[in-house]
Amino acid sequence: MNNFSSKLVENVVNEFSKLPGIGRKTALRLALHLLKEEKSEVELLANGLLKMKDEVIFCKVCHNISDTDICNICANPRRDPTLICVVEDIRDVMAIENTSQFNGLYHVLGGIISPMDGVGPNDITIKQLVGRIKSGVVNEVILALSATIEGDTTNFYIFRQLKEYDISVSAIARGVAVGDELEYADEVTLGRSIINRLPFENSIRK
Amino acid sequence: MYLKQLNLHNFKNYTSAELTFSPKVNCFIGDNASGKTNILDAIYYLSLSKSYFNLVDSQNIRHGEEYFSILGKFEMGGETTDTIHCIQKLNQKKSFKLNKKEYQRLADHIGLYPLVMVSPYDRDLINEGSEVRRRLIDSIISQFDKLYLDDLINYNKALAQRNVLLKTFAERHFFDQASIEIWDEQLIQLAQSIYPKRRDFLQNYLLIFNHYFGLISGGKETVDIVYETQLAGQSMGDLLAATIGKDRIMRYTTTGIHKDDLVFNLEGYPVKKFGSQGQQKSFILAIRLAQYEYIKQLKGYKPVMLLDDIFDKLDNNRVEQIIKLTSENSFGQVFITDTQRERISHMLHEIDIDHKIFEIKSGEAFELQNHDLEIL
Ligand SMILES: Nc1ncnc2c1ncn2[C@@H]1O[C@H](COP(=O)(O)OP(=O)(O)O)[C@@H](O)[C@H]1O
Ligand SMILES: [Mg+2]
Ligand SMILES: [Zn+2]
Repeated sequence: MNNFSSKLVENVVNEFSKLPGIGRKTALRLALHLLKEEKSEVELLANGLLKMKDEVIFCKVCHNISDTDICNICANPRRDPTLICVVEDIRDVMAIENTSQFNGLYHVLGGIISPMDGVGPNDITIKQLVGRIKSGVVNEVILALSATIEGDTTNFYIFRQLKEYDISVSAIARGVAVGDELEYADEVTLGRSIINRLPFENSIRK
Repeated sequence: MYLKQLNLHNFKNYTSAELTFSPKVNCFIGDNASGKTNILDAIYYLSLSKSYFNLVDSQNIRHGEEYFSILGKFEMGGETTDTIHCIQKLNQKKSFKLNKKEYQRLADHIGLYPLVMVSPYDRDLINEGSEVRRRLIDSIISQFDKLYLDDLINYNKALAQRNVLLKTFAERHFFDQASIEIWDEQLIQLAQSIYPKRRDFLQNYLLIFNHYFGLISGGKETVDIVYETQLAGQSMGDLLAATIGKDRIMRYTTTGIHKDDLVFNLEGYPVKKFGSQGQQKSFILAIRLAQYEYIKQLKGYKPVMLLDDIFDKLDNNRVEQIIKLTSENSFGQVFITDTQRERISHMLHEIDIDHKIFEIKSGEAFELQNHDLEIL
């Protein structure tokens, strides 16, 4: 699939196929689809992408993606600021919000520790999490990272960083099969595992 | 449990094939490079979700094609039929389905349709490095202990992460103890779970192995399998602590269960150096038969047995012995390959056991009917 009659189309196909989960066939289908669309439709897409990239910011408190300095969740006075749920990214926030079982605030790490992917403790927002704990209002931190070895290791690192503070640290119950990404866990099991969270020390295998 | 039907599309040298099997003995007869072993490999795929030979799935796609498909139907007893379907397209993730449902994790499939392969490559068990022998232990324990397989996968991931960290630190002339320790903690916990399982497994396995070696060899020599591990005298934590200096210089983790090995002894000496060819062949076959027996005892049903070029390994009498064991119900379903039609059909005729014979001709399989054989 390299005999493009148009360099312009080929460029777009090249760009699309860099996206996760998009092969060259799908990229071509998307490109041809956009070519057929009204120009105004394509403008909406192109401008939307640029505007998103330019204007999206990260919440100053929880580091979730947001349109405002403080995100909707952090700004909501009805949410419990003494309880923080630590997650990897916005997809986990969305999954947990869907369960309606959690009324605290979040802390979005923006990744998990994985030397292979070049991610160390200082590349994610662990320091900022410790900062939030230092400020004093927090009573409990729930670790809700995916049940992979990297998620587990990140839990462990955070647990060590928080040891000196007088708060309880729990991990969501491993009802979710080992290796299942949090995002894929169905809402019922995820909701239940937040309610049945265990003190982190108990989840360390003896 | 037995494999009733196998459908292949563009798998290795097969364009398309559909085979219906006997619940007992199935033979594939054909010239060298005709595609006999490829059929065994397809059956191996159904059980272990990967090839016995090619670790890269897409290399099993018939040259010039875009995908391969292996579909197998297992009769599970009663009215139950399980359909396993594996599809590998070029540049795509492998699809592996049980009864049309995609697995979330392939590891969940391991052990459901147990299988033992006896192959000419088994000599690697004696001749090659320790990895082959660890894989032997791991593949058996994983057939019935899900947690073991999970632990092992996680151990290997944590190990790889720690090694990258050691390498990165060395390259950047930098070191952070806390970053290493969190991986150490994982390795310690996982090794504490894996090590005793390997140790206990080998104890039980050795008894069965001894029995089979006696059967095959006529039973005069004493044999032993010794588990060599750094974990025997020291805990994983102590090992890691003692070698961190060395690990930093070497830029990888020099101690742990990933260094475990098995030593095969005959009359107290390594069979690799001091065993005759015949003794080595008997040793290897006993390893596989004991594997079969062990899994059978733990599962409570019989694994599928694949015997590739078995006549290379054993004289006719020994093979006849194995087929007899099958007829006496020691083994369940068996698949055998051979280049010589006369040898195998003669043997089956003698023993009188339910069987099918397939002729393999450059990537095509034909079932031979009885009257085809009588022409011989
Ligand atoms: N991906 C592939 N595409 C086409 N042919 C293949 C592929 N992989 C292996 N083969 C062919 O399969 C043949 C070997 O088949 P095999 O089953 O090992 O033979 P045997 O009957 O001796 O056991 C070889 O001719 C080899 O070239
Ligand atoms: Mg062969
Ligand atoms: Zn926020």
